[in-house]
Amino acid sequence: MIAGLLDGIFNGISIGAVLLIAALGLAIVFGLMGVINLAHGELMMLGAYTTFVVQNGFKMLGKPWSETYIIFALILAFLVTAAVGLVLERGVIRYLYGRPLETLLATWGVSLILQQFARSVSWVLVIGIAIFCFLFFGALWVLSRRPDFERIRNWVIAIMLPISLGVASATGAFLGQTYKLAVTKPWFGAQNVDVTAPNWLRGGLRLGTLQMPYTRLFIIGLTIVCVAGIYVFLQRSPWGLRIRSVMQNRSMSACLGIPTAKVDAITFALGSGLAGIAGCAISLLGSVGPNTGQNYIVDTFMVVVVGGVGKLVGSIVAAMGIGTINYLISSKVLVPMVAPIKPLVDLFEFFGTTSMAKVMVFALIIAFLQVRPGGIFPQKGRSVDA
Amino acid sequence: MILDAVLEVKGMKQQRKRLLLMEVGVTIAIALLLIFVMPAVLTGFRLSLLARFLALAIAALGIDLIWGYTGMLSLGHGVFFALGGYALAMHLQLAPLKNGLPEFMSLFGITELPWFWQPFYSFGFAAAAVVIIPALLAAILGYLVFRNRIRGVYFSILTQAATIVFFNFFNGQQGFFNGTNGLTNFKTLLGASVSNSQTQFVFYTLTVLFLAAAYALCRWLTSDRFGRVLIAIRDDESRMRFSGYDPTGFKVVVFAISAALAGIGGALFTLQSGLISPKAMDIAFSIEMVIWVAVGGRASLIGAIFGALLVNFAKSLLSEKFPGIWVFFQGALFLIVVTVLPDGVVGWLRYQGFQHLLTLLGRNKQVATYPSLEEDPEVQHERENIRN
Amino acid sequence: MARRLGRRKFLLYGSATLGTSILLKACSSTPPSSTSETASPTAASPSPSATTVAAAGGGNTIKVGILHSRSGTMAISENSVVDAELLAIEEINKAGGVLGKQIQAVEEDGQSDWPTFAEKARKLIDQDKVVTVFGCWTSASRKAVLPVFEEKSHMLWYPVQYEGQECSKNIFYTGAAPNQQIEPAVDWLLQNKGKKFFLVGSDYVFPRTANTIIKEQLKAKGGETVGEDYLPLGNTEVTPIITKIKAALPDGGVIFNTLNGDSNVAFFKQMQGAGLGPDKYPVMSVSIAEEEVKAIGTEYLKGQYAAWNYFQTVDTPRNKQFVEAFKAKYGPDRVTNDPMEAAYIAVYLWKQAVEKAKTADDLESVRKAAVGQTFEAPEGTVTMESNHHISKFVRLGEVADDGLFKIVYETKAAVKPVPWNQFVAATKGLGCDWSDSKKGGQYKI
Repeated sequence: MIAGLLDGIFNGISIGAVLLIAALGLAIVFGLMGVINLAHGELMMLGAYTTFVVQNGFKMLGKPWSETYIIFALILAFLVTAAVGLVLERGVIRYLYGRPLETLLATWGVSLILQQFARSVSWVLVIGIAIFCFLFFGALWVLSRRPDFERIRNWVIAIMLPISLGVASATGAFLGQTYKLAVTKPWFGAQNVDVTAPNWLRGGLRLGTLQMPYTRLFIIGLTIVCVAGIYVFLQRSPWGLRIRSVMQNRSMSACLGIPTAKVDAITFALGSGLAGIAGCAISLLGSVGPNTGQNYIVDTFMVVVVGGVGKLVGSIVAAMGIGTINYLISSKVLVPMVAPIKPLVDLFEFFGTTSMAKVMVFALIIAFLQVRPGGIFPQKGRSVDA
Repeated sequence: MILDAVLEVKGMKQQRKRLLLMEVGVTIAIALLLIFVMPAVLTGFRLSLLARFLALAIAALGIDLIWGYTGMLSLGHGVFFALGGYALAMHLQLAPLKNGLPEFMSLFGITELPWFWQPFYSFGFAAAAVVIIPALLAAILGYLVFRNRIRGVYFSILTQAATIVFFNFFNGQQGFFNGTNGLTNFKTLLGASVSNSQTQFVFYTLTVLFLAAAYALCRWLTSDRFGRVLIAIRDDESRMRFSGYDPTGFKVVVFAISAALAGIGGALFTLQSGLISPKAMDIAFSIEMVIWVAVGGRASLIGAIFGALLVNFAKSLLSEKFPGIWVFFQGALFLIVVTVLPDGVVGWLRYQGFQHLLTLLGRNKQVATYPSLEEDPEVQHERENIRN
Repeated sequence: MARRLGRRKFLLYGSATLGTSILLKACSSTPPSSTSETASPTAASPSPSATTVAAAGGGNTIKVGILHSRSGTMAISENSVVDAELLAIEEINKAGGVLGKQIQAVEEDGQSDWPTFAEKARKLIDQDKVVTVFGCWTSASRKAVLPVFEEKSHMLWYPVQYEGQECSKNIFYTGAAPNQQIEPAVDWLLQNKGKKFFLVGSDYVFPRTANTIIKEQLKAKGGETVGEDYLPLGNTEVTPIITKIKAALPDGGVIFNTLNGDSNVAFFKQMQGAGLGPDKYPVMSVSIAEEEVKAIGTEYLKGQYAAWNYFQTVDTPRNKQFVEAFKAKYGPDRVTNDPMEAAYIAVYLWKQAVEKAKTADDLESVRKAAVGQTFEAPEGTVTMESNHHISKFVRLGEVADDGLFKIVYETKAAVKPVPWNQFVAATKGLGCDWSDSKKGGQYKI
């Protein structure tokens, strides 16, 4: 009985930890900025692919290094996705602040593009994109020094867009013709790629009949570190102070000299970077492929909504709660406990598969929101009605 | 009410009537064009595409009603769409049987027709269910959600989660709904063979008529005071609440109507594509529905229809030309629409396109000193009638 | 005053309109359908396609359709099948084509979306006027296009192992039927690994049907099903399943795995983490081939089993040639697998049928000519049977250190396909024979 209980608690927490680490970045971007980032899952996917690349790089270095790649992968995944997030924020999101539903559509577009990018990225594509960016944005940059730039801007775009596109695709086609497979072969392809945990992360810690997988422990640890890190960053650092002040009152902060645009960019990059770390973590448990991110997006949003938007502690409690309940229902461990009551047994048997458990969990979430519409820890004050 | 007083001005009423008549005329003309001219112009395959996209346009109207006019972004309309489809498909499965079970059920060890399949022997019931089941579900879900003033983004996320739930449910119940395969291989409807080209043409005509009817319904809903209530909810719900209205009821009604429209669209789509599967409850499909409206133009009924046709034809053509990489275009479309064309194509034409054309032709933009005056109907009316 | 439409009145009117619209729907759809009833027999008359297709015969090319998901969730598997089909077409074209004509492949993207599959199938047949289509992976997509092919009396070559319980005149199945993959695997496990089975599958039709078959088979042969569970497609949280396995099989037992795609990766990674190794918990998979092994990581799979008809390691000269040609075209790090081989076979069998019929356009004679065709495939010599499935060799492989399979069992001769399952009560005693017009797709043996 005790072992079963321990087992339940551990498994619930470990499922919750995966949910939480995936939801952390979202909680920041969505909770603090009000941006619905449907590309969050794809940022996780980028993190996972980064892990794959780092792993292969370290494999070449030989034994002592190949066992430690995960540490470097975590750092690099954070940096890569943070950079992508920064580009995303500067390029798209910043035009959409205050219109959360439109960020939703825009980021869905981004997620489609990123997915297809992971499938078909090859040297030809990368070179083509580089040439296009060089020509198009280069021309814009050069011409932006002219005093009459505003007037000719539309013309420049109208002329440079087809030219750059043409040159880029022509170069791509030429390269494809000359070097064939070497440049046209996709880097990753549509197939999943393999990320293998280092030896010290395989197997598990045995406690009686209970075995705790090391990867799970690692992820729980990583989640704790991330949560603590975010807490310290937001509460103790000067940038954290600025972020909080911008989120509370944007115009007042701007009046007081806080660079709000920079704060936005940093917040979004931080959220994206956390997605990268989450991607690295889940690559130890699940698949790494173009569809990796899709599997997490709804679950993570539910965590944020149930927890209460803008409250880290809410997300933590919600993730653990959803994880544990999901585990309890889908593993049917509750069935023996309610054995005397026949209808309950039937109910739990019916929902006792992994896919049906999701149905039940959602029903519970709706019911919960009936009682507490604002989540577990609702925000207080008038700003709630924004 | 001031606005009502303005509208009562003599002459105004007649003008409104004239405009309305014109609109009715144009709608009928377009419907006739679609029914009689299009089959002659398009190849059979393209016509079947058009027929299906028109069915999707009905669902798009529903989305426009709740998103464009009421400001609630539902990311779960695929569920209602699919429920409408399933309701009709269940009848189509049973219709040729008279007795016995659909084939898939016996394969999964079900020996007796489940009780909730029984009523679908009757076509009347199935047809009613196409409308009522989605509407009822939407009403219940909507009531639970709106009662608590859950709105905006939270509403979107909840509806999105609902798609997952229904997807899993229909996917997992292999014996009841044939799981991922969905219901397919329809034979007859009311005695007529479904795959027959004449029957398909009848379906097409029906789709056009339903689209026209749906358009009329939405037009009627949005043009009157009810429409203004919806817009008020969209623009400032709190203020509306303070003025003594309770938005919950309105929102529930609109949500239900829009779900019913999606259900009708789903049923017509199912008839013409020959299958309904849980894929229609996929998140991606529901978001796609929203993008049709966004492309066409929010808060514009024509825009919703136009957007649904445009996006789907573009998707169909692009994926023919560029299999594999057309997703890039689709993603780019989302980005472009949201950043460059926030009002959609129709909205752009309405607000900016005309001006743009004028400036291109060398005529400068007329700048209004007081833009709000330009939009005031009273001022417009005085200008037209009092100047001379 | 008409303007003063109150809220309550609106609700009233609203529900009234809803009601009338329902009525309208019920009424308006009745008369037109009944008028078209008279017309239906003419359209139902057999094989209108012979005339429609004939138009495509002109010129120096023969158009064939390729219909797979190039985007969406299924692209992961279907892309490589397209590669194999294109390879076969290229080879045939280099060798002079079919009937002296070059084959031109028209590619369409099914987008992992079943209505789109039906739409594209229609497009290939009506607009491109292809003479045959190679395509589909999931059962759902096949079921979606089936009415289209039957309506147009056209031809589809389906290259994936599937759950059976279908036998269409218009489809040629070059993948395994359950008795060519699942049933021998269960038999072998019963003899060599144990009597207690836990069934794990993705939540869609193939695993569910496969597990229905397995359960019946175990009942008949003295095994025991101790539990089963299904994961939603793409789900990667398998902790609850592992708990169930541990509870149901505390001392070890056989796990039969019909998971598909991403879930497999999570399943094997987390199985290892939980300490369930192949020594006590051997896993037999039917959806894991060389490509998936590469994607999951050999470290996690070593010692586990898979059942297929073809492995890259099959030792025939024909297979060496196939693997070499494939690697030359797509890169040395690519691997070949069973569905790819089946797709490769499909193209060649079609070619042979066309050559025997001396026409590509008359689908009826091509169909007739296809039955009985033999082809020296990479897996061994296969024959197209009269039930439109092919006889195949059954092999069981164990994952070796290099990520390829060590073949631990293989049938001496090709196994004849049985599409209607003989373990499931509903289809027991049913057979399929398209060469005999009296028997058709479903007859009592």
